[in-house]
Amino acid sequence: MNFQYKIGCSLQSLREIRQFIRQSLVSMELSDAELSTLVLAMDEVCSNLIIHAHQCDEFHEVEIRIEVPDKKSVVFEVIDDKAIFDINNYQARPLSEIIHERRRGGLGVRLVKSIMDNVEYYNQNGKFVCRLTKSYS
Amino acid sequence: MVQIQRLQENDAAILMLTGEIDAKSSIDLDLAIAKSVTEGFKKILIDCRQLEYISSAGLGVFMSYIDEMKDSQTAMVLYGMSEKVVSTFQILGLADMLTIRNTKEEAKQSANELSI
Repeated sequence: MNFQYKIGCSLQSLREIRQFIRQSLVSMELSDAELSTLVLAMDEVCSNLIIHAHQCDEFHEVEIRIEVPDKKSVVFEVIDDKAIFDINNYQARPLSEIIHERRRGGLGVRLVKSIMDNVEYYNQNGKFVCRLTKSYS
Repeated sequence: MVQIQRLQENDAAILMLTGEIDAKSSIDLDLAIAKSVTEGFKKILIDCRQLEYISSAGLGVFMSYIDEMKDSQTAMVLYGMSEKVVSTFQILGLADMLTIRNTKEEAKQSANELSI
């Protein structure tokens, strides 16, 4: 099954995004914890994009696509016409450094990479695509 | 959206979290913890029984207070998390860096021990 959703880049959209993802993944029959971590991964990608690429511009829309080929796997795509953080080149800093600096940020991409099996970021036909995949055995 | 109710029980501040903490609502959590710290509480209990979701923004708030709580000898104890919320803390190992207990009584006991 395929699902598609367009959102405006405001922080208010995050709640709708989470709801959309939860509804789209119903057929996978995941545990609450599994579902919550997938929702979290997409929340992090979208938050990053909304805040850092579009400065919470609610009039700019991005597209979310979800493909659920079977109960064991899912593919997320976030498609935008503006480059977001290149997740491929992300180098995680030690958590101890972030704690010592008393920073509130710096965890999002680390979470995404920990949760998903594969995270890709590429340009396709002039659009920037962040593609995340996850399979369960 | 998160609702945060601030209560006081004896010498402990209790923050009751209800709803979801994300990039938008994490500022409310930050302000509530900061207020309890500013008011001089040495025991801060975070009631997570009604917390349905937390993103990295919320995790980051808790993480940013780890050193500050140590420096001020303040005990911050989280309790009552659902399995799905606990799992979010566990992904990056934050569950081991914070004090997390199952029940309010256990949280109070830990806060008493940590604040000695």
